[in-house]
Amino acid sequence: MTDQTHLFIHKDRAAAEPVRPTRAKPSFSLHRLPDAVSGWLLSLPLALVLFFFLVLPIVMIVVVSFWGATEFSIYPAFQFDNYEFLLTSPVTYQVFLNTIKYALITWAFTLVIGFTVAYFLAFHVKTLTWQIVLFLLCTIPFWTSNIIRMISWIPFLGRNGIANSTLISMGVIDAPLDWLLFSDFSVILAFVHLYTLFMVVPIFNTMMRIDKSLIEAAYDNGASGLQTLTNVIIPLTKPGIMIGSIFVVTLVMGDFITVRFMSGSQSANVGRLISNDIALLQYPSAAATAVILLITVLLVISILLRFVDIRKEL
Amino acid sequence: MAKALDLELVATTKMYGDTVAVDAINHRFAAGSYSCLLGPSGCGKSSTLRMIAGHESVSIGDILLGGSNVTDLPPARRGTAMMFQNYALFPHLSVIDNVAFSQKMKGVDKPVRLKKAHQLLELVDMDAYAQRLPAQLSGGQQQRVALARALITEPSVLLLDEPLSALDPFLRIKMRLELKKLQRELGISFIHVTHSQDEALALADDIIVMNGGRIEQAGSPRAVFNAPTTEFVARFIGGHNVLQQQGAAVALRADRLLVKKTAGEDGALLTASVRDVEYLGSTVNLALDAGGAGDLTAALTDEAFFHDPIEIGATVFLTWKPEDAHQLAA
Repeated sequence: MTDQTHLFIHKDRAAAEPVRPTRAKPSFSLHRLPDAVSGWLLSLPLALVLFFFLVLPIVMIVVVSFWGATEFSIYPAFQFDNYEFLLTSPVTYQVFLNTIKYALITWAFTLVIGFTVAYFLAFHVKTLTWQIVLFLLCTIPFWTSNIIRMISWIPFLGRNGIANSTLISMGVIDAPLDWLLFSDFSVILAFVHLYTLFMVVPIFNTMMRIDKSLIEAAYDNGASGLQTLTNVIIPLTKPGIMIGSIFVVTLVMGDFITVRFMSGSQSANVGRLISNDIALLQYPSAAATAVILLITVLLVISILLRFVDIRKEL
Repeated sequence: MAKALDLELVATTKMYGDTVAVDAINHRFAAGSYSCLLGPSGCGKSSTLRMIAGHESVSIGDILLGGSNVTDLPPARRGTAMMFQNYALFPHLSVIDNVAFSQKMKGVDKPVRLKKAHQLLELVDMDAYAQRLPAQLSGGQQQRVALARALITEPSVLLLDEPLSALDPFLRIKMRLELKKLQRELGISFIHVTHSQDEALALADDIIVMNGGRIEQAGSPRAVFNAPTTEFVARFIGGHNVLQQQGAAVALRADRLLVKKTAGEDGALLTASVRDVEYLGSTVNLALDAGGAGDLTAALTDEAFFHDPIEIGATVFLTWKPEDAHQLAA
């Protein structure tokens, strides 16, 4: 039997690979250079941009993070004072923990909402026209600035805001709810509002590439709707979920303005720690915090990538 | 395996809005037979198959399997299984998990379902590839896996939607033989949708020629090829000439048209000029222009042709036996 199967592959492969017509080489001057040289040349512009605008600033931050500072001056040095202060202060751990808490909760909500919206768009909306229309509808909030969208929550959620007055007039509550605004609730609400689309887009994109006959095949094999979701759609949507997760987690962990506005300066995350240091001209301390934050974010992403090999899935 | 059952379509109709895709067709697929739904694209053959599979709702009419009405049952509970045109293998699952998928959905224990999946893979000679992903297989191998995945549900009727169209010609003929062999061994009914008359003639016990949502003709391959009943069937099945004779259309097989260089004593029924000569190996096709009777094709054996070659532009005299001309429905 094995001999026979070997014969099969051989024949199949021979039949599946048509002879490629040899293409005439274009008489383009780059072709006279060795492939290695032209390859390096072609990647040079992007490499330069990345070097000057990504690598160099990060190197600068790392260098400055070792500098020293007094109340009125900063001086070049190589000392671990900033890191020592940062890593021995309980405030740091509390703030990092808070940042990770925001990231996790926002991630969970955006994932559930984003997946549901993408699923609806990809599998329940039947015509491409309606898919495009509804998708564009999702992007409309993005036509205004982040800050405006954030601030517009304040009159809605405030003590005498629309939410509270509506709930009181409906008789659901007797006194205004205090936790609606300037709380963790409002911070996370704003994050979810701001970043859900970053989850919808990649998930919708991968879902659209799922062959619809796979869903039929699952149905043909006796899978229920829920079984199709867990056994076919979610595994095939994993790359989109991962890309969306990376977007949301990095955006939330790097944010400082949302937390400031929506918590009424009552909560802190790492971004605010850095922004406070900068306001006090404590650049070395800010740089050290930024380095630690960068390492934390990279760790989180590498953990996420453990679950799915994105390069393989794309 | 499952026992073979008769499948019957009773005035089965499919409408999309106002368009009638399948128009009240009646047909009985005998238990354990190989049937081909044959027709051009848009003739309703795929809609018919998808209604039998349960992937398309039936607008009016019924589908009976072994005497019970399955019209409104979900696909997995009808006793049918479908093999999709592009195979629809789950790209994230290995070959063995693809085959075991339906068992997993039923909640069968892992060792039991894997054992059964291995048996099915052995049946289609793919057990050696159990751990591969579908993307690592060739088209023919993917098809075997898709077959195994459909057969593990022990269907009474296996539905195949253009199963060979994605393969190259060489592999298509090879898989054709294997499909037929598998059907004989399993003894269940296969219903196979195709637009290729060669495929239908080679495989089927029963050919159902469809056009415009209706069944034009159904019968054994020999009956359909030898005696088409409508002009559509005669033209679609190929190898036929459609002639007007005493005001009625008749079909005449191209190889039953007798071509002579001289009129002869019994007189020619038609004269024609030779427009083209096609050498096809064992036969030679003559493209003929018979004036008022239109364009005709005559198929000569290579032996007969080269014994007395006919050149392009020559005038020839055509006769045929009266019993070879089949009356067509108006």
